[in-house]
Amino acid sequence: MPCVTVRVQAETFDATHETALLLRGRDGVGGIGAFTGIVRGGDGLVALELEHYPGMTESMMRRIADSACARFGLTGCTVIHRVGRLEAGMPIVLVLCAAAHRKAALEATDFMMDWLKTGAPFWKREEFADGRREWVQPRAHDDAATARWGALDQ
Amino acid sequence: MLRILYFAWLRDRLGRPGETLPLQGQAHSVQDLIGQLRARGGAYGEIFAKPELIRVAVNQSFATIDAPIAANDEIAFFPPVTGG
Repeated sequence: MPCVTVRVQAETFDATHETALLLRGRDGVGGIGAFTGIVRGGDGLVALELEHYPGMTESMMRRIADSACARFGLTGCTVIHRVGRLEAGMPIVLVLCAAAHRKAALEATDFMMDWLKTGAPFWKREEFADGRREWVQPRAHDDAATARWGALDQ
Repeated sequence: MLRILYFAWLRDRLGRPGETLPLQGQAHSVQDLIGQLRARGGAYGEIFAKPELIRVAVNQSFATIDAPIAANDEIAFFPPVTGG
């Protein structure tokens, strides 16, 4: 059974520590695909406020992770998504995908990020230096990126 | 009772995170519930007049507007998601 870890948390994460946990007791791993999302500053953006739907968010993250494990033959994966107020430059999301070979690990990481952006209930509100606060609008290219993978459960 | 939840800008505009509502005799689908909420007018009238801008979950699974609803269901209304 692949080792799947899914967490939603306010505090930051330690990618090195999470990588060690993912490798523990597994000798078939040839590589780990890793993505850390960062709150992108610029255009006066000070912070993002991340909201989620407790319960549904975790279950959708789990479905996405399980689907990635099945589709790409992962030995395990870890998805941690932060919530609350996160200032520009802070880490917001971590995806780690462990597999026997590089291609599966990297493709699975891409798959998980595409699905997280469009399939897990999180909402971002931008906070600007001039005091404006605006909900982020969904982007069509994110939907298109997810659509190329087909259905989540295959 | 239906447990109804609102997230993100829906919650901001409606001024509440959710509510409980009795399942009315004629409300058998999400669409019926949307009609009932829209009939309240005000912010509800504006938001629920444009269901194409809203996503729905029934008992914490994404659902379509024609999904059936039953007593004690948890129905969540929210904008398209923007995580990652």
